[in-house]
Amino acid sequence: MAGFPMNASPDSTPRPRRRFLTEAAAGAVGACCAGVPLAAGLVAWLDPLSRAGGGADWIEVADVASVPSDGTPVRVTVVSGRSDAWTRDAAVPVGVVYLRRTASTDIVALHSVCPHAGCFIDYQTDRKAFFCPCHDSTFAVDGSINDPRSPSPRAMDTLGVEIRGQKVWLRFQNFRPGIPAKVALA
Amino acid sequence: MKRVIDWIDQRTGMQGLLHEVLFERIPGGARWRYVWGSTLSFCFFVQILTGLFLWMAYSPSANSAWESVYYIQHEMTGGWFLRGLHHFVAQAMHVLLVLHLLQVIIDGAYKAPREVNYWFGVVLLMITLGLGLTGYLLPWDQKGFGATKVATSLVGIVPGVGPALQKLVVGGSDYGHHTLTRFFALHAGVLPGLMIAAIAAHVALFRRHGITAKQPYRKPDANFWPDQVLMDGIACMAVLVTVVYLTLRHHGAELHAPADPTQPFNAARPEWYFLFLFEFLKLDFLTQWFGHHGELVGAILIPGAVMGVLAAMPFIAGWRLGHRFNLGFLSVLLLGAALLTVKSMRSDASNPGFQAAVAQARTEADRVVTLIKTAGGIPREGAATLLKQDPAIVGPRLFSQHCASCHRYGGHDGQGLVSSEPASAPDLKDFGSAAWLRGLLTPSRVTNLAYYGGTKFRTGKMVRYVQEKLPKLEAKHPGALESLIEAVVAEADLPVNRAAAAARKPLIEAGRVAVTTSFGCTDCHAFRKADEDATAPTLTGWGSRDWMVRLISDPTHADFYGSRNDRMPSYLKDGRLSEREIGMIVDWIRGDTDPAVWLKPVTAAR
Repeated sequence: MAGFPMNASPDSTPRPRRRFLTEAAAGAVGACCAGVPLAAGLVAWLDPLSRAGGGADWIEVADVASVPSDGTPVRVTVVSGRSDAWTRDAAVPVGVVYLRRTASTDIVALHSVCPHAGCFIDYQTDRKAFFCPCHDSTFAVDGSINDPRSPSPRAMDTLGVEIRGQKVWLRFQNFRPGIPAKVALA
Repeated sequence: MKRVIDWIDQRTGMQGLLHEVLFERIPGGARWRYVWGSTLSFCFFVQILTGLFLWMAYSPSANSAWESVYYIQHEMTGGWFLRGLHHFVAQAMHVLLVLHLLQVIIDGAYKAPREVNYWFGVVLLMITLGLGLTGYLLPWDQKGFGATKVATSLVGIVPGVGPALQKLVVGGSDYGHHTLTRFFALHAGVLPGLMIAAIAAHVALFRRHGITAKQPYRKPDANFWPDQVLMDGIACMAVLVTVVYLTLRHHGAELHAPADPTQPFNAARPEWYFLFLFEFLKLDFLTQWFGHHGELVGAILIPGAVMGVLAAMPFIAGWRLGHRFNLGFLSVLLLGAALLTVKSMRSDASNPGFQAAVAQARTEADRVVTLIKTAGGIPREGAATLLKQDPAIVGPRLFSQHCASCHRYGGHDGQGLVSSEPASAPDLKDFGSAAWLRGLLTPSRVTNLAYYGGTKFRTGKMVRYVQEKLPKLEAKHPGALESLIEAVVAEADLPVNRAAAAARKPLIEAGRVAVTTSFGCTDCHAFRKADEDATAPTLTGWGSRDWMVRLISDPTHADFYGSRNDRMPSYLKDGRLSEREIGMIVDWIRGDTDPAVWLKPVTAAR
């Protein structure tokens, strides 16, 4: 405000120095008055930046026997505890993965979220391929890119799997889409 | 820089606009008495700003409104400060509105040709009151809920359209999701929108007619900028400092326990700036003069008439002595409101029932936060369900309803209310502790009202034993009474005693022998083994959770008072309380309320 061209003023104050001080003070007081509530709001609004995302927990997701032995992927819903702002759930669906047997005792898990833009990847039995509807592109049954026009920067994300007894356990986490590297979301 | 400004100015006329804003002519120069309008604009600006940010975290529905406000208040960085600013600026606005109105009336700024501008001011006053009323509900806590129920019930007494109007305001015949969505839309959309329009008209008309300069002029004429702006700014700063001080001092705005329509909330009061109306409605003359129309007259007709007089003031001012009448009317109105506010506050301050309710409300508000922190979050059904499972909250509630007509808890009813009736059964605070038992076994205290004084047992065998036999036995076996007390108290296994139980073991062992031998307790009581001939309540497990639940369930059971039971109902047998409810009373009396024990924290699967 103090920088506003004052020569346009219809009255001329005899003491420009005092006038300048008044202007500077008025500007400063005004900025202060507006700044406090604005800062209070911004601090609260920026709150999500100071919060870490959910960690990667090991979760039991399926029976080993439920994963087909012919290598066909099976879709599995991951159920886990979750905090959503104030709500705390003991067990809610938090994501979907595909389990696929690569050897009799070996199971891999592929994340259903597309690494390109985060769309939900579907497995299409007739094409024996994963299909992302957002760009009509496909991934091979092992999750690799098999589509020359695929916009995806990386293959489908794999997740840590452990077989404990007759159960499949999964280290579930989400990854940043859109970049070549596989980086867990914090 | 200059070129950019010129470029913009040629296309927008920005400089001319700014010039018009800043170079309002002020005859007689800047004065402090002109600051009120600006402080109000500033308050509104702060409310818009803080309100928008609060909006980004608020969720208007019956099972998420309180929860989202909890999250703002207790989890978000600086959320309590943001909410506190919004809360206290709202209060400041009401004070400043009164000051602005006073200054306008005193200076005669409402008279011709400024009538319309003054009316916009009256409209702004009503919008502000509406914002206060609607905002009070949004946290969906016990206080806002209770106050809103009263306010919306008053809407219902309007003749003819009242019930329909109430249903529209509430969003149905009961309070719920749509009450919140409707109030929120009013509070954050409709009313601020109207307010912006009314402020624009108010300021435009103010500019059209110019400031009502106070005579005589002390200084040469000046412009709004910079002297008056500085004064206005300093006044706004003073408001801000006050509000920030109040926010810091109270750690933001209070958040009571979540709304629960099934629980009485005796601490319900409207916001302080509506207290005068609340108190006015309680005045006797309303019902004496108008019978059952008293509420209608007090809540609607009289306030309506007052608003009518306020609106008519520019015309009244045209009459001889009209301006004086206006001044007098406003003074009487403000003085009356002030007196009623003071009366209301003083009667609350000297009302022990209200004070107990306020203390209880604070306890519940603090407790629900503890429960949420222990559980690691709020269950999907809402925070109110946590309180409903909590023995520390439900225990005293049930005690005051079902037990406190005979028993006391530390002299009160469990919720802090002291009855004028004498107790007719023991005081159960610290029941199961060494201190409690020592009191019972003290000859001078056993017939106190806190023990057997109010019961038929005051002339019974136990009292005779304590008063006649026990002093002799104590003299004969020095120190043995202490070990006896330890042994019986060990049966109760109170949570507070658990840590030190191992260290007391030798004392307890000695005491167990004393119970059966030297002190002869087992002549009447059973102790740690079945005794068919026992004629007094069993001491096996005395004061333990199971013992107490069984006693309350059926005191006429042979293990307890049998046919000698003195008036105590069989709560479970008679269907007065469920086993779960009895358990909560017992857990509370025994101090077994640590949420980490009963509230299974919700943790992720590993």
